[in-house]
Amino acid sequence: MFLTRYTWRTGLREVLLLLVAAVWWLPIYFLAVGSVKPNEQNFSSPFALPSRIDFGVYSQAWKGSGNGTLGRSLESSLIITIASIVALIVLGSLAAYVVARASNRLGNGLYLLFVLGIILPFQLAIIPTYSAFRHIHLVGNYAGMVVLWTGLLMPLTVFLYTGFIRALPRDYEEAARVDGATRMRTFVRVVFPLLRPVTGTVAILTGLIVWNDFFLSLVFLSGTKNVTLPVTVYSYVGVYAAQWNLIFATVVVSVVPMLAFYLFAQKNLIRGFTGGIKT
Amino acid sequence: MPWAWALPALFFLVAIHYVAVAAGAWYAFTDWSGTHAGAKYVGLSNFRQILHDHTARTALVNTVELAVSFVVIVNVVGLVLALTLHRTLKSRNVVRSLFFAPVVLSPLATAYVWSFVFDYNGPLNAFFKAIGMPSAQTSWLGSPTWALWTILVVLVWQFAGLAMVFYLAGLQGIPDELWEASAVDGASTMFRLRRVILPQLAPALTVSFTFMMILGLRVFDQVMALTGGGPVDATETLATQVYKQTWVYGRFGYGAALALVLSLLIAVIALVQLVVFRARERRL
Repeated sequence: MFLTRYTWRTGLREVLLLLVAAVWWLPIYFLAVGSVKPNEQNFSSPFALPSRIDFGVYSQAWKGSGNGTLGRSLESSLIITIASIVALIVLGSLAAYVVARASNRLGNGLYLLFVLGIILPFQLAIIPTYSAFRHIHLVGNYAGMVVLWTGLLMPLTVFLYTGFIRALPRDYEEAARVDGATRMRTFVRVVFPLLRPVTGTVAILTGLIVWNDFFLSLVFLSGTKNVTLPVTVYSYVGVYAAQWNLIFATVVVSVVPMLAFYLFAQKNLIRGFTGGIKT
Repeated sequence: MPWAWALPALFFLVAIHYVAVAAGAWYAFTDWSGTHAGAKYVGLSNFRQILHDHTARTALVNTVELAVSFVVIVNVVGLVLALTLHRTLKSRNVVRSLFFAPVVLSPLATAYVWSFVFDYNGPLNAFFKAIGMPSAQTSWLGSPTWALWTILVVLVWQFAGLAMVFYLAGLQGIPDELWEASAVDGASTMFRLRRVILPQLAPALTVSFTFMMILGLRVFDQVMALTGGGPVDATETLATQVYKQTWVYGRFGYGAALALVLSLLIAVIALVQLVVFRARERRL
């Protein structure tokens, strides 16, 4: 089974696997054709290609009903995701730099404090956070979501950055310091550009988590115009029950940006997920 | 050291992790209703109620059943995919991307596609009818027996690609000589799998099992999309109960108690698993 030669048995295995992959993608096929099919065909012939292609449901879904429209929640998802990524990168890289370069006890203690946050149970933290946010008017708006995500994903961000910075030689920074650059200037001009690979990983992983989140947006944004895409999809299903072409159109809008992004940044993404294994 | 640079991040960390977790644990012992009325200490009363509440007990059993079966199946599927796709196949890169793609897609949105698949008039029942097994047609999402397992199917579909990637990363660390030596010795496939490959994969196994266990115990989106917890509590999980009790029924204290139970469950199961796996890693 694990030979490196390509025999007829390997060929058989290849065909079999391609078949399994095709079945794996069937739901994505239903989604793609289901949104442009006349709705009755989704049930009469779910496997068939559409008899005629109709993009009409997209404009209907875009205008939406009631609170969030698809267009508006696409905007909300983008704003919340991008702002959270930027906040995490700026604050996380600065903190990690301090933690990584302070080789004393205080530095190690800080590192532990940050990393322990990864395993602290967020579901327990959300209930008091919600009531505190209500007091300081951070429920129902973008600012609250960005603050929430910056706090929740900070441990992961600092963990990734610290590991990378620790492996980075100090020579460049020291050279810049000798030349008379301030600490901040050295960080911005010399260190941060060197962090590009890990900044990419942080942006991809945290962006994926924030973009796809349903639970926190449901709790913190429900009932406002600022809901993100998953919450809008959730409320559309309630309104358009059994109108699968319309539901599929909303699902497509929330899934396509990620799928496109995946095709574009696949390697980086997979590396981000497996970073923890290669010890 | 410019210690001040770490302060903003530290502030967010302490507020949203440490302070909030401590406050959440405190609320679990109160009767707080989320209003300004304040919270009164009620001891273990919330936990006693969890034990006596039929819905909460069902949710606990469902969560464990779902998480354990998910962890086993997703890892078996992921491992088989990784072993098949490690080398030799010409299309391996394309196929890997195909299996990994669901990992990056919104769990809630894709679960709705699955609710179409499982619909009584949907493709799955149409398929059974077409292959001459009309008796296999059933209302998958409306049946107390099947509904929980539809959620399992969706979870495995979404995350098998991630398990695969964990194992592929582990397989890359196996030196070529080891593959070839065991092939030349003429060892059987099963023997090589158990004695040569699995020991080398031990770190990947630990990571994948722990990660998937936590994912499984926290399952929320798929349940909300497919069944909403029904029919008659048959698919309630701890995470859906935390949400409903707290934000739908306004029982913040009771919701916090459920969240504490879920957190402890995750901590205990993940920790036991980690210790067992690390111990085996050392023996191998």
